Order: sequence, then C-alpha cells, then structure tokens
Amino acid sequence: MTIETAPKQSWWNRIAHPSQFVAWSRPLLWPLTILTAVLFLFGLWFAFFNSPEDYQMGDTVRIMYIHVPTAWLSQFVYAIMTVSALGSLVWRHPMADVSMKSAAPLGATFTALALFTGSLWGRPTWGTFWEWDGRMTSTLVLLFIYLGIVALWRAFDDQLRAARVIAVFTLVGAINIPIIKFSVDWWSTLHQPASVFRPDGPRMPGSILTPLFIMFFAFTFLFLTLHLKAMHTEVKRRRVMALERQAAQAGASA
Amino acid sequence: MTDRQVFSPLVLGAQGLSCGRGGIMLSEGLDFRLEAGRCLLLRGPNGAGKTTLILTLAGIVTPMEGRIALEGVDEEDGPQLHYCGHRNAIKARLSVLENLEFWASVNGPTGLSPMEALDRVGLGAIAGLDAGYLSAGQGRRLALARLLVTQRPLWLLDEPTAALDIEGHKLVETLIDDHLDQGGLVVAATHDPITLNDPTRVEILAIGRAS
Amino acid sequence: MTAFSALIGRELRMAVRNGGDVLTLLLFFVIVGAVVPFAVGPDKDLLALLAPGIVWIAAFLSMLLGLDRLFRADHEDGTLILLRGADLPFSAVVAAKVIAHWLVAAVPLIVASPILAVLLAMDMGGFWKTVLSLAVGTPALAAFGAVGAAVTVSIRRGGLIAPVLIAPLAVPVLIFGVGAISTGTGPDQSGAALLFLAAISLMAAALCPFMAALAISSGED
Repeated sequence: MTIETAPKQSWWNRIAHPSQFVAWSRPLLWPLTILTAVLFLFGLWFAFFNSPEDYQMGDTVRIMYIHVPTAWLSQFVYAIMTVSALGSLVWRHPMADVSMKSAAPLGATFTALALFTGSLWGRPTWGTFWEWDGRMTSTLVLLFIYLGIVALWRAFDDQLRAARVIAVFTLVGAINIPIIKFSVDWWSTLHQPASVFRPDGPRMPGSILTPLFIMFFAFTFLFLTLHLKAMHTEVKRRRVMALERQAAQAGASA
Repeated sequence: MTDRQVFSPLVLGAQGLSCGRGGIMLSEGLDFRLEAGRCLLLRGPNGAGKTTLILTLAGIVTPMEGRIALEGVDEEDGPQLHYCGHRNAIKARLSVLENLEFWASVNGPTGLSPMEALDRVGLGAIAGLDAGYLSAGQGRRLALARLLVTQRPLWLLDEPTAALDIEGHKLVETLIDDHLDQGGLVVAATHDPITLNDPTRVEILAIGRAS
Repeated sequence: MTAFSALIGRELRMAVRNGGDVLTLLLFFVIVGAVVPFAVGPDKDLLALLAPGIVWIAAFLSMLLGLDRLFRADHEDGTLILLRGADLPFSAVVAAKVIAHWLVAAVPLIVASPILAVLLAMDMGGFWKTVLSLAVGTPALAAFGAVGAAVTVSIRRGGLIAPVLIAPLAVPVLIFGVGAISTGTGPDQSGAALLFLAAISLMAAALCPFMAALAISSGED
C-alpha cells in the first residue's frame, strides 16, 4: 500500500489508510473508555439503588437494565456491520472491511448476553430457563447468524478477499432479518396464543426510564470503545501479516 | 492488412498499470500499447505476476493502480476477449464434442463449428469420446478449440503450451498466427519460445523484479 | 439453443450421467424422515402430528447439505472463471445454475415426499399440501443455498460452513413451509402460510442470483 503524498486530501480519504486511521483515532480511546466507565457507574447505581422493584417480579426486574440494552445492541451492531458492508462493496473503503470484521464477534457477544440475561429474567416468570417466545427466538436466530459470520471470517485464508464476499453475505442477512422476525412472530402466535412476557411493560415510570437510558448509552459506548480497539488490533494484525509476507518474498529472491 | 481481416482494428493499452493480489503488489507501473495483429509475450520468473496480469487484463482481478483500455470496441458487442488459463474446464462424462458445443452455445457460435474446431486442433477422431479419458495434452487442445468456436478479438493465454508436445506447440503457434492474420490481438504468458511466421509482430514484456 | 438453456441442459445432462450424488441426496431425505420413528416411537397419532415438520426438516437438511454441488466443481476445474466471459450476464449464468440445481436436487424430493407422508402416517389432505408446500418452498431453499455456496466457494475445506450460514436465513422458509401443511390446533392458516412462502420464494429467486454472482466475483478479486 502506498501512502499518498498529495497535500490536500479529504479527511475521509486520509483515514482510509489504515495506519493513518489508527493514528487519528488513538486519542479517542482513553476518553471513550472513561466515558463508558462513568456511564456504567451511574447506570448501575441508578439500577440497583435508585429504581423501584417491579410489583410482580421483585428485584429480578433489574436484569432488564442489562437485557434491554444488550438486546438493542445486538440489532445496532448488525446495522453497523451492514453499513460497513456497503462501504466495503460500494466504496471499497479499506477501513470498512476492518470495521465489519471487528464488529462481528462483538455483536455475537452482546446477543449472547441478551439471551443469557433474558433467560435469567424469564426464569422466575416461566419456571424454565428458556421459552420459545417470538422475541427470544428471533434473537437466537440472530446469534446463529453472527456466529456463522465469525466462523466465515476464520474459514478464509486471504482476509482481504474475504472482506467483500462476507460483505455480500452480511447484506443478504440484513435483508433477511426483518423476514425472520416476521415469520418467527407469526409462528409464535400459532403456538402460543398469549404472549408470555413483555420486557417493556405498559407502565414505565420515570424512575425506570432514567437508569434504562443511562444503561443504553453505557452499553453503546462500551461497544464503540471495544469496536475501535478491535479495529486497531485488526489493523496491526494485518500489518504483521503483510510484513511476514514481505519477509518471505525477500527470502525467496535472496 | 490482409483480406482475411475479421476484426475491426482494436488497440489494447495499459497506463501506469499495477497488478497484485491479496494486498501484495506484483507488477508496477506497466505501460504498453498493443495494436491489432500483434502479439505480446509476457516473460518472467514464476510468481512474478504474469498470471495476475492476465487475470487483470481479463477483468477478473481489479487493478491496484492505473488503467486498461481496449480501444475501438463497440459498447454493444458482447465480451471481446477469450481467457485461457491453467485449467482446462473440461467436464468428464460429457463427450469431447459435447464439451465444445456447450461453449459454442454459451459464448456464441460465431466461429468454426465445433466439429471443424476439433479437426483443427487434432481431436476430430475422438469427438465422441468421454472427455474424462483425455490426456493432459489432449485436454489442452480441447481448451484451445474453445477459442475457435467463438470469434473474439483479444486472446489472453496463460501458458498455452503447457502439457503439449512438439506438435501441440506448433499448433499453438499456428493458431496464434492465424488469429493475428485476422487482425486479432494475443497476450500470452509463457516460458516457452513462441516462433511466429512474422517475428516482427511479437513484443516482449518482462514481468517481475529485475535480478 | 440459447446460452441460458445450454447451461441448464448441461447441468441436467451431467446430473443424469453422474447419477450418484442426486441419488444420495434423495436417500438422505428419505432416511432422515424414516429414522424419526426410531427416535420418537411409532405411535401413529404422534407421527401424524409431527409429520409436516419432519418432512420439512428432511427437505431443509437435504437442500442445505447438497448446496456445495452448485459451484464447487466448476470453481475447481476453471469453468466458473470462463463462465464470467460468457455472452450473458453472470447473474443469468447463476440463475440458470440455480434453476438446474432445483430441478436436480429438489424435484426428486418433491416426488419422493409421498413416501415419507405414508411412513409418517399423514392423512390424505396433508399429503397434497405437503407436495404443494415443498414445490413452492424448495426454490427459496435453492436460491438461499446458492448464496451460501457462492460465499464459500473459494474456501478449500468447505464442509459444513455453507449449511451453517444459510440455515438461520432459511428459518422463515421452514416456518411457512410447515405452516402451509398444517398450523396446529388453532384456526387453519395454511393458506396464508402458503402465500407467504410463495412470496419468499419469488423474492429469493429474484435477488439471490445477483447476490451470489456478486459474491463469486468479489471472491476472485
């Protein structure tokens, strides 16, 4: 890869070069980490000490403060992956590839966390650790999609070629996800006439909303921080691979 | 200009072309201009990037830098090039003739009839044979026959003489000669010497790092 | 003969002459269904209740496990690169291969589904609905499978990764496919399910050839 020396390049083109992206975004890491920590501190304090118990479920409702944001994140991360996939296919922006690859395991983790906390939260109500209700089932299918994408990245030898192919698959997944939701909802109304549990109940007093919003932001910033860090790591990993290849070529022609 | 001219005069040009794969640049800053009726031979050590350059000219791989242009082409005509790579794309359980008829249908039957093409490359006698029984050299001839059933001006050949005996080698030279007489262009990557009727219409491009 | 029909014709001819892998897929389909009674017991009422689901799971697994045959052989012998230079758009080439794949891999399943229906004690009404739902739903499986096969074509050890990728995306096909046969103890919504299934198949048939062609050409780059 060549570093372009033309003086007036737009910011977007400058950060397309991986090491320039890393250099530009490195100063953001510590502020983001601190902001995330502060948000979590506030959010958890509000969640545990300053919000009411649910009249039915008691203290376990507090799991909602983790479950709802992670459930939202599982969709948000896929949206980020979809935008990155478009960036990779349409504009061939090299950082789009890196962004897509770094987001996948994070998305899988948040989705798994959402399922885990949803399962814990549902246990007192359902009596079991798992119920096939519409929302949890759609989330489970989404987890399978994420894990499939992570496996796909690992299956390719050439990561650069892999990026555009995986971008195509990500887009197909994005088109499918609404269809999956629709079909799973239809399916769950067939087999369970009454919906069993609604995590966002009809009454939402302000004291529940505040910690919920804070936790939303806390988790979102957690993702952004981790994503940025993962992108830096991926850039370094590719640099190492490129150097190894150069060493091999130099050794061969020596 | 002979009266056997079939193709309108095209020019294949490359400016500042750099090709690579997997993020590694293999050949940099190539400039050439190939006119109708001429042959460009790519020479270079293994791994130097000859195959990648051929694939880039074929439009399979995107160039890392620079541009390629085939001038003189009418936008509405179909594909203008034949790519003949290392693998012969022959299906066993189909006969030799069936294999070739397929390509004539899929690429357009604008050249020789499949039977004539098989005769031309010396496989006419075994047209009905299951193609799975072909030897490596015979398979290469069948791959070359594919170039004859559909007429396209630009031929991109990657090691065309691979697995061929002396006669097969002469066949390749004859086919290239005929194609150039018709006004076509040939780009061939090869280790072997290619001797044409008119040596002045051959240009050589060395690929790879100068040692 | 047009290029499109030449493509389909060649696939069909090779499938007929190669015989083996199609027969294997068909056997797999019947065996998956036939093995269920060994696992859940031969109680007719239970089997009749489960039958639509079992038939569809067998079809689902057969179509997914068989999707490797779409592009791998052509990729390995160099045909796929040559087909990109054909006189028709590459997405049309892919569409022709998907149609041929459906004819070769799905039609035998549809024809063999009565065998499973009988083995699993399905009633006559369910029998015709099964054939119809498979006929309407298997194109979607073939189309989604093409995307999976296209994405994984350059991965050498292929294996199970393509079925694993496509299975979540094909869940709606499974849901509506079974729903088109029977929708359980509530009111009968099988007509609605069949319409949804048809919609998914049409959409998949329209979009997947483009996406698969894009995946293949991106992979060479």
